[in-house]
Amino acid sequence: MTEIPTGGPTPDGNTPGAVDTGVGADSRGVSDMFGAAFGGDTSGFGGLVRRKAPDLSTPRPYGGWFDEAVDALAEAYPAFSDSIVRVVVDRGELTLHVLPAKVAEVAKVLRDDENQRFELLSNLNGVDYPAQQERLHVVYNLTSLTYRRRLRLETAVTVEDPHIASITPVYPTADFHERETWDMFGVIFDGHPGLTRILMPDDWNGHPQRKDYPLGGVPVEYKGAQIPPPDERRTYA
Amino acid sequence: MTTTSDGTVTDESFDPYAASEAAAATARETTEGRVYTVTGGDWDSIVPGDEDERIVVNMGPQHPSTHGVLRLVLELEGETVKQARTVIGYLHTGIEKNLEYRNWTQGVTFVTRMDYLSPIFNETAYCLGVEKLLGIEVPERATTIRVLLMELNRISSHFVWLATGGMELGALTAMTNGFRERELILDILEMITGLRMNHAYVRPGGVAQDLPPGAVEKIRELLEILPGRLRSYDDLLTGNTIWQKRLQGVAHLDLQGCLALGVTGPILRSAGLAWDLRKTEPYCGYETYDFDVPTETTADAWGRYRVRMNEMWESLKIVEQALDRLTPGPVMIEDRKIGWPAQLALGPDGLGNSLDHVKKIMGTSMEALIHHFKLVTEGFRVPAGQVYVAIENPRGELGAHVVSDGGTRPYRVHVRDPGFVNLQAASPMCEGSLIADAIAAVASIDPVMGGVDR
Repeated sequence: MTEIPTGGPTPDGNTPGAVDTGVGADSRGVSDMFGAAFGGDTSGFGGLVRRKAPDLSTPRPYGGWFDEAVDALAEAYPAFSDSIVRVVVDRGELTLHVLPAKVAEVAKVLRDDENQRFELLSNLNGVDYPAQQERLHVVYNLTSLTYRRRLRLETAVTVEDPHIASITPVYPTADFHERETWDMFGVIFDGHPGLTRILMPDDWNGHPQRKDYPLGGVPVEYKGAQIPPPDERRTYA
Repeated sequence: MTTTSDGTVTDESFDPYAASEAAAATARETTEGRVYTVTGGDWDSIVPGDEDERIVVNMGPQHPSTHGVLRLVLELEGETVKQARTVIGYLHTGIEKNLEYRNWTQGVTFVTRMDYLSPIFNETAYCLGVEKLLGIEVPERATTIRVLLMELNRISSHFVWLATGGMELGALTAMTNGFRERELILDILEMITGLRMNHAYVRPGGVAQDLPPGAVEKIRELLEILPGRLRSYDDLLTGNTIWQKRLQGVAHLDLQGCLALGVTGPILRSAGLAWDLRKTEPYCGYETYDFDVPTETTADAWGRYRVRMNEMWESLKIVEQALDRLTPGPVMIEDRKIGWPAQLALGPDGLGNSLDHVKKIMGTSMEALIHHFKLVTEGFRVPAGQVYVAIENPRGELGAHVVSDGGTRPYRVHVRDPGFVNLQAASPMCEGSLIADAIAAVASIDPVMGGVDR
């Protein structure tokens, strides 16, 4: 987490705006835009607590085709219980949380098994949750053209050991996606044919999409008042 | 060779900026082989004919036929491309990062700038994601307006593809005519949204404002004009021998290759698979519209040309149906905790909050003023979770992976731009072909660098 120097702890020792961060609320509750010295929302409209992302599995039955698909995967993939950490169904979307070393294996089964047929990797991208131990998440959105279904794999690694098995052997399209995720989040995909930066210059330092990477920007003067850069403006948790 | 104090090794005998009268070109040995610096003069004088003739050519990042700031690194043997590599990132503007510091409604103004040739699609994909997280339904009229504008936008995007692609292949009339037709559509988009591009018109919960008076009539006028114009392209290009020879059998990519590389959109449909998300996973009520998904089986640049031309006809059909369905009604969700309180209206100083609303919040209702202020500065909260929403944009599957932590700002938004993914197909399409066909291959992919680099 970036410490914003203009902040400073409140009398009870907490960083303002960071109550139970859960999935990583930031501490930038501070700006002098509206005269609130320590950021906390004085209106009472906002509240300051961010909801923590649930770390739970969805209980069965999942509904729809999800039960059938998960059963079929468990049958086709013997190491299912060792690799799939949890199954989440939310807003009509099925997410399988997979161990980082097993992603490519699971994807291969999902692609080849005749009851799954996820032929297309639609998307692969990272999400950073600094409040979690394994903070760098990578999500894979798979599409089955045969059954017209979508499924999400999600895996998480630590910053210290950000290694995930590359799925380029299974889905060659992951090439650019994995390079982008390395570039933006610093996740290393083992087995990728050429894991280099893709959007940022080759000699860039840091991984910009991580939450502790500053946005940057300069204060702007407008009609005599200083408007702080976007990442230092007042936030409403 | 000398070693300077900071440890770098410099070769004093070589100075790239020194004026050399004796030799126009120089060669030096490096750890990666011999490197030639050509400052003019004859290539043959430094490369003997019997040596390996492979040369590496950097095409771009500012070459006019690379669709913006795309760089192609081509390894050539004579005129044959032996290896092609695409280098991107020259237009990376950190849109996804910036989104995380603005509220959900402001996010629209950022995503619209990604793929700048199909901004309505970017906005719609993002808004559908936000709405799925919120669990809300937008009013029917707003959905119809979205479909209407998306299809108009699809036609204008295809016109730019035709214009730039034609220009790259030497058909300059296609370029002037394509941009001429596109301008007709941009005029309508400007009339409705206020801007030719970067509209920020589609908002979470609906659209920013209703269609202005006269918009429907103007679109109907366009529907009169465009069919004749589209037919003129058939007269100009489809039967044209040069055009056929430049496209047929060029940039081949079969179905298996498309799926392996994640290629979607017209390229996939030119390989024979009628995969169009408007049909296969309908959104915005597309299942209720009557239209076809054009396909070809040639799997080459010609097939992509045919698919896109036919798609414009289908889009015209959808626009017509959408116009017929426009029934009066709200264009923004009724929920006052999400929809902005005032619809925009044209005042003496331009577009802004309607005078009725200003009168209300300034004169009679302090609570309305507070609510308006909070909603605009702070924004609304979106329940925590993640969704992936995919729609069919002119280039293929446009996906939005939207993550919320329950706050008033997007926690993470990733846009799966089809141009980014499809560009991976440039290498297999180019390799083994002539360098002139590499141009046709990239043109047939139709990448838009704003979306590729984001």
